[in-house]
Amino acid sequence: MKTDDLIDGLVADADHPVLPLARGFGLAVLAGAIVAALLFALLLGPRPDFAAVAATPRFLLKFVETGLLASAATALSIRLARPEGDGTVAVRVLVAAALLLGAAVVIELVVVPGADWGRRLVGRNWYHCLALVPFLSLAPFVALMAAARHGAPTRPRLAGAVVGLASAGIGAFFYAANCTDDSPLFVVTWYGLAVAAMAGLGAAIGGRVLRW
Amino acid sequence: MRAAIDGDRTAYRRLLEALTPVLRASARRGFVRGGLGADEAEDVVQETLLAIHLKRHTWDRSQPLMPWVVTIARNKLIDALRRRGRRGEVPVEDFAEILPAPPERDPTEGRDVERLLGRLGARQRDIVRSITVEDRSVAETASRLMMTEGAVRVALHRGLRALAALYGREP
Repeated sequence: MKTDDLIDGLVADADHPVLPLARGFGLAVLAGAIVAALLFALLLGPRPDFAAVAATPRFLLKFVETGLLASAATALSIRLARPEGDGTVAVRVLVAAALLLGAAVVIELVVVPGADWGRRLVGRNWYHCLALVPFLSLAPFVALMAAARHGAPTRPRLAGAVVGLASAGIGAFFYAANCTDDSPLFVVTWYGLAVAAMAGLGAAIGGRVLRW
Repeated sequence: MRAAIDGDRTAYRRLLEALTPVLRASARRGFVRGGLGADEAEDVVQETLLAIHLKRHTWDRSQPLMPWVVTIARNKLIDALRRRGRRGEVPVEDFAEILPAPPERDPTEGRDVERLLGRLGARQRDIVRSITVEDRSVAETASRLMMTEGAVRVALHRGLRALAALYGREP
């Protein structure tokens, strides 16, 4: 086939509607978050003392952290879905979120006596956290991976890892309302592990499905 | 490209035709550098055009178009060299100086695309060939195959997507 002939075909296909990249990601976040919210409402629900702790800084920090992770990683995955995209701004937000969590850990270590560190780190429900954060992340993960596939990432493993981060952020945001462990020591350890696992899964899958 | 995305076909054709010699010059250069014959480079040109078409929504309208085109072209060239077992590293500078390259005529025949067309379903292949090689319009193709124009458009789009996917999977 001659190149001019191919161009005829491409021009004939130009009317085919294409979903703008950012809108695809927007729909993916929306769909993923709705499924995660439904699963949360049906199977978990908020913790019993939700009203009492709703205004405590440790509890709120979990939502700030997971919300920052979800939004910055989603923004970054949109950038990485463009061939020439780099996401300096989003990376800065991610780093800021990590620094904020680091500061919270330091404060926790200062205000809590050393004998209590271990108990706070292990918490009551660490295995719930390790299982439920990935579970709630699954729908956002599939939806965001599909949105990234619609794009054209030139670094598929990195793009996949960031999709994993974003979906873990969404899953963890919901799980945080159910989780009764609020210490930053707990969050950095168990949430951190769950988020890292999703990022690893995303890198492995992204390396396969995000090539184009 | 802006006009093309908004549905101006004439502008889209002009754009693709203007990009083609640029892509051809860089693909040939890359092939020669990789120790391969420049005559095979047309396959990369076609694969790149297909990717530009199918991924045009990944161009950020607020940014200049050429860096986006060059990134896609470089990736497709690297993929092609890798598939042919050569070193897949191409410096960006290769693309910087080739913008004003004069349009070259022939050979503009792609061989990969013919082989990959053979792997599509019969109906899809008919439709893609009818609109490309045989120069029929969507309407003519539809009446010849006794299909609706909508169905032809959908089949054409799926066929092009299948072709793009096959490039990556072929050894």
